[in-house]
Amino acid sequence: MSTTLSASTLLAVPLAPLLGSAIAGILGTTFGGNVIGRRASHTFTILGVLVAFILSAMTLKSVAVDGARFNETIYTWMVVGGLKMEIGFLVDGLTAMMMVVVTFVSLMVHLYTIGYMEEDDGYNRFFAYISLFTFSMLMLVMSNNLLQLFFGWEAVGLVSYLLIGFWFNKPTAIFANMKAFLVNRVGDFGFILGIGLIVAYAGTMNYTEVFAKAPELGTLGFPGTDWMLITVICICLFIGAMGKSAQFPLHVWLPDSMEGPTPISALIHAATMVTAGIFMVARMSPLFELSDTALNFILVIGAITALFMGFLGIIQNDIKRVVAYSTLSQLGYMTVALGASAYSVAVFHLMTHAFFKALLFLAAGSVIMGLHHNQDIRWMGGVRKYMPITWITSLLGTLALIGTPLFSGFYSKDSIIEAVHFSNLPAAGFAHFAVLAGVFVTSFYSFRLYFLVFHGKERYDQNPDAHHGHHDDHGDHHDDHGHGHGDGKPHESPWVVTVPLLLLAIPSVVIGFITIQPMLFGDFFKDAITINTAAHPAMVKFGEMFHGPLAMATHALSTAPLYLALAGAVCAWYMYLINPAVPAAIARALRPLIVVLENKYYLDWFNENVLARGARALGVGLWKGGDRGVIEGGVVNASWKLVGVVSSVVRRAQTGYLYHYALMMIVGVLLFMTYFVWLAK
Amino acid sequence: MTVSLGHFLAVGAILFAISVVGIFLNRKNLIVLLMAIELMLLAVNMNFVAFSHFLGDMHGQVFVFFILTVAAAESAIGLAILVLLFRNKSSISVEELNTLKG
Repeated sequence: MSTTLSASTLLAVPLAPLLGSAIAGILGTTFGGNVIGRRASHTFTILGVLVAFILSAMTLKSVAVDGARFNETIYTWMVVGGLKMEIGFLVDGLTAMMMVVVTFVSLMVHLYTIGYMEEDDGYNRFFAYISLFTFSMLMLVMSNNLLQLFFGWEAVGLVSYLLIGFWFNKPTAIFANMKAFLVNRVGDFGFILGIGLIVAYAGTMNYTEVFAKAPELGTLGFPGTDWMLITVICICLFIGAMGKSAQFPLHVWLPDSMEGPTPISALIHAATMVTAGIFMVARMSPLFELSDTALNFILVIGAITALFMGFLGIIQNDIKRVVAYSTLSQLGYMTVALGASAYSVAVFHLMTHAFFKALLFLAAGSVIMGLHHNQDIRWMGGVRKYMPITWITSLLGTLALIGTPLFSGFYSKDSIIEAVHFSNLPAAGFAHFAVLAGVFVTSFYSFRLYFLVFHGKERYDQNPDAHHGHHDDHGDHHDDHGHGHGDGKPHESPWVVTVPLLLLAIPSVVIGFITIQPMLFGDFFKDAITINTAAHPAMVKFGEMFHGPLAMATHALSTAPLYLALAGAVCAWYMYLINPAVPAAIARALRPLIVVLENKYYLDWFNENVLARGARALGVGLWKGGDRGVIEGGVVNASWKLVGVVSSVVRRAQTGYLYHYALMMIVGVLLFMTYFVWLAK
Repeated sequence: MTVSLGHFLAVGAILFAISVVGIFLNRKNLIVLLMAIELMLLAVNMNFVAFSHFLGDMHGQVFVFFILTVAAAESAIGLAILVLLFRNKSSISVEELNTLKG
């Protein structure tokens, strides 16, 4: 077998979904004249993503089994003063894994959308957008230079904006998509600064060349300060990751992004786009290893996100919001792993999380569909009788999320906890506490959600906001589902919805067990991730105590995380199934704390009232004071007024009397003569 | 005391000065303006003739003829303009000639 991959195969991977997106987006919408219908749209886009998935799987096999690699430039866009701007692919273990994850989850979401968006008028537009997203994300992960990474980064942000605001007639959706885009932009600002510094000091954007220069960059100081250059670069790059991967305090957009349809919550805001930041930091590991300050910063931010976002998940009543805060918390876990220099563990958790979180979101969507677009878990309950497949797959996803031994989530989460435990950085103590406490919190809110939705008394007929109230929420939308039932009972979703759930449940359960050894302790990421093992020995120490996945599962019986998870599940079972009066009693007792949680730590209040209002006030001030006052009044108006004043004075010399003019001529001649005769001797 | 060049030049200068004053101190009569201009030319003639006599060079006196010619032509045209002006404005008062006022 060859040890290089074919450029045309790799090129086909992002281009197939792009072609599908173009067909559905241009020919399937009023832009191109509505030439093709729904079946053709979903067929072309699914075909595109299927081709991408098959080729990605083949690439993964070549990379993992045959050791193939690819690092070449496909197209040079331009060369500006020595800086090359290119399109190229770097395919190694990290890329191949990301490609498979992205295309698989995307394929599942495409299939699911056939059922979920069945009654929506924007069906073709939706498929075009999710295929476009797949193209953008693939360009991001396959890139071999920072420019293409940034292109993919911005493109996924754009498609996220388009999809969150998919139902653009809904004001909350528009608010959410603007918020997502603007908060992302704040992160992008840091990211651009980081890329700019790299270009300024390394003169190139190609990964291989930058990493070759990294050791020498690690010795430079940032001019004008005491800081190391590499620290500034890494922190700027991480700020970009904070925006994209929703770390505190740039996390505020992700809960609001639940305004978009559930398939995109699964695809973009759980499995792929939000992981772009994690992927980028892992890709840039040669740079991050040189800066302990940056790694400490990453640890702290990740730990804060992991713990405090979990707390917010406990009090949410919207099914999607609970899963959104769960995503935020798990992204915090991945970030903590990055900070502990356990990049492979972070990426491993990225992979397992992509599967079980996409599963949980799609299952939530299935429940929402089954309960006629009700999203409030207070009005669910006992759904397991009516939606068995959704129930079982949700249970599997939840068990994976909380870290039940042998499930994939257990291997990735416990690896993070162990890696942070072994990390020698100052912030690792706090991070370890945060991720451990987070296990209890995760288990608690996950089982709270599970019990309230699938078990207990059936409350769906007590919902005060009845089905009809949700009409305007979904754009143009037919009244009943056309399923011909009028009794209001939940019903299982069609096969296009349940098959993706089943297909995602399989890796949620098994992929951790199978891949932990090669990914974390084998050669899979050997040339993709660089670790300075002398300075950051966490992975080495973890590797010494790792004796295989089965041994790790049995070892879990003697460590804290398993019991914390069990405690969380038992508390949730008691509080929501056995004795439902307890949550209300606790809420009354801890009222101030609950208020803080309900206001999301007042961050939204701060952003809207201080930052947004401040920015608007600044704009108004600059408009009235600067534009109207200084520029119009002080410069434009003053100039003509000055001309007027001066001319009204000078005008007095024009008396109109001829003899005055004649006199002036004579006086002038006299002065000239005086000058030339006397003074210019 | 003999009358030397300086005396003649002084007379010429005095004549010139009187005519300049006559131009701008005059508010009533345009003809006075024309007369003053003639007087200016005459003062210059005086200068030329004085120099010609005292330096023994004929060129000065020849140039006087040129000046006389020009003065004649110019006063003819000036008077023609004056007549037209009177036809249009019915007045030759200099004070009223201020339509070019800025």
